[in-house]
Amino acid sequence: MTEPVDFSGSCPIPHGDYAHILLAHGGGGRLMHQLIEQTIVPAFRNPVLDVRHDSAVFEIAGVRLAFTTDGYVVRPLFFPGGDIGTLAVNGTVNDLAMSGARPLYLSASFVLEEGLPVETLQRILASMRRAADVADVQIVTGDTKVVDRGKGDGIFITTAGVGRIDHSLAITPTSVRPGDAILLSGDVGRHGMAIMAVREGLAFETTIESDCAPLAGVVTDLLSAGIAVHCLRDLTRGGLASALIEIAEAAKVQIHIREAAVPVGEEVRGACEILGFDPLYVANEGRFVSFVPSDQAERSLRILRSHPIGKDAAIIGIVAETPAGLVTIESRIGATRIVDMLSGEQLPRIC
Amino acid sequence: MKFVDEYRDAEVAQGYARAIARQTTRPWTIMEICGGQTHTIVKYGVDSLLPTTLTLVHGPGCPVCVTPIELIDKAVEIASRPEVVFCSFGDMLRVPGTTHDLLTVKARGGDVRIVYSPLDTLRIAKEHPAKQVVFFAVGFETTAPANAMAAIQARREGLTNFSMLVSHVLVPPAMEAILSSPQNRVQGFLAAGHVCAVMGYTEYEPIAARHRVPIVVTGFEPLDVFQGIAMCVAQLEAGRTEVENQYARSVRREGNRPAQQMIREVFQVVPRRWRGIGEIPASGLGLRDAYADFDAERRFGPAASGPDISSECQSGLILRGVLKPNECPAFGTRCTPERPLGAPMVSSEGACAAYYRYRRMRDADSSTVEPRS
Repeated sequence: MTEPVDFSGSCPIPHGDYAHILLAHGGGGRLMHQLIEQTIVPAFRNPVLDVRHDSAVFEIAGVRLAFTTDGYVVRPLFFPGGDIGTLAVNGTVNDLAMSGARPLYLSASFVLEEGLPVETLQRILASMRRAADVADVQIVTGDTKVVDRGKGDGIFITTAGVGRIDHSLAITPTSVRPGDAILLSGDVGRHGMAIMAVREGLAFETTIESDCAPLAGVVTDLLSAGIAVHCLRDLTRGGLASALIEIAEAAKVQIHIREAAVPVGEEVRGACEILGFDPLYVANEGRFVSFVPSDQAERSLRILRSHPIGKDAAIIGIVAETPAGLVTIESRIGATRIVDMLSGEQLPRIC
Repeated sequence: MKFVDEYRDAEVAQGYARAIARQTTRPWTIMEICGGQTHTIVKYGVDSLLPTTLTLVHGPGCPVCVTPIELIDKAVEIASRPEVVFCSFGDMLRVPGTTHDLLTVKARGGDVRIVYSPLDTLRIAKEHPAKQVVFFAVGFETTAPANAMAAIQARREGLTNFSMLVSHVLVPPAMEAILSSPQNRVQGFLAAGHVCAVMGYTEYEPIAARHRVPIVVTGFEPLDVFQGIAMCVAQLEAGRTEVENQYARSVRREGNRPAQQMIREVFQVVPRRWRGIGEIPASGLGLRDAYADFDAERRFGPAASGPDISSECQSGLILRGVLKPNECPAFGTRCTPERPLGAPMVSSEGACAAYYRYRRMRDADSSTVEPRS
């Protein structure tokens, strides 16, 4: 028989603000959010930046333009469904598309690591060219730097993009209204799990392919059909959950979704089950959510589904007024809980 | 998805919830031991479908939460050495030690790697013969067989640059400690299915008899948990105090004998300190003398054992079910996953983190989560 244990009742851990950048600061979760809001944004504060959308929108000589930039670091460089080159083009094209812009011109800046095979660079350039052709954009300027061996992961790419806005809508989180329907363009979690499977050498029965794709075309379909789109957001790091939380916080509304309505592929679900990941937080590179007035929801869904990229689109939830800033989900068994942003990246659990 | 969706069916779940409500005539408090079960309960909202007279309290079965601070500090110290490759399961990396966590060690240039199996660590050791490769062997009985296998294989292959920092804990002594505490309010247990898949459940039979509590070996899917609760309530209502097995598709009474044999070969039962709870006699596993060569504490010096620094964290009370996470005054204000006061706020299986991620709404809008029975 065990003697009664004297419980101290305390489990002390000191407070910890990180003095160094952690990988988790790039994970798309709360830590990255804090780094951007508390350290980076205050350095540059201005009205265009303060809108805080995927791309900056401003007017020059009567023309509305969208402008954005994004850096691409990925290991491995090549993965099922794409490579760093397709990511670098599609990611920036998608950031422009999320303000309803028609992407026009891209820049590309390369940081190459000493020792990178030229053949590898050529493969990446070729797929950038292909992706640009598909997205109907031109890469018109660029830069190249080389760093010592060991100081880079083969190749880092930064692209910037300019697009033209031909509509008069304000497509931003602050345009979201209670009653709006939320549409998701397809199944979630493919990109993150495709990378994870290759990087960690996890073998599944079928290969999980990244969803990497340009979204400007399908967005144009929505806009030219006259859908009064309130907000668009592509789902990247942090996944569907983080994107919805950012929008709920910015729009000061409640977002409610149904877990059973969110499409997740069988292979992605299986891989997530094994690793203890939640697909709602896994990265995507070719999926987006749209917020539209509820009376246009069904028509928007038909438009999305008639495009190859949106064939699995679904209405996943609605916007309510309160409690503002909160995302809630109806679980598969019919109970409701909140969805919170993770601190950093999801880490595989012990058992 | 096959073999998963069957255990998450909304209609069956709500049917169970109604059945539990029908058979519950008095207030009962049931503890689920395992952090995986806590996660399921909170993520799917299992408890919000139960009658209000039924209280679920969350047990100490989160290995991240109960690993004592001196072992985290020792891990940080070892991982900071230039000659070391430090390998760990992912969710240990964020647990703060006295000054910092393993993620910070990595950010400062330490070679800290996430592995999925201790056997990955052996491969790394073979690939880096000039490095010392150390594995952070934590967990309950569930992870012990694989960790034991790593030691057996390392010895068979004559690896001299591999060692393990061991912080293994055992479930039954923790249950004894909870039941023996004068503050105990737990009347029935859901035992951890995966622990029992390894160990069987004969160890729980004397506990059930001695403390007069029903114990139901339970799985991890929502319907497993509902069924486990239903079985536990049925026993409580009938005044029975037996060990029953809900998770029969994975667990046999005698458990997995070869796995147990492997554990006995490598490990012996030792006293172990539990973070937030204190030392529990015979509650952990340490390497036997025959495997002492692989003991990182022999290679790099023992972890310093000091008292926990006092703070307002109440995790000791939370880990044995005296307090619910949201009853802690620091919850969600001074203690969050970004600034944790205690380990249960760190791991996804920690009760505080689970409540933080899924439950803050209750304060904002309690009507959303009323029981529907």
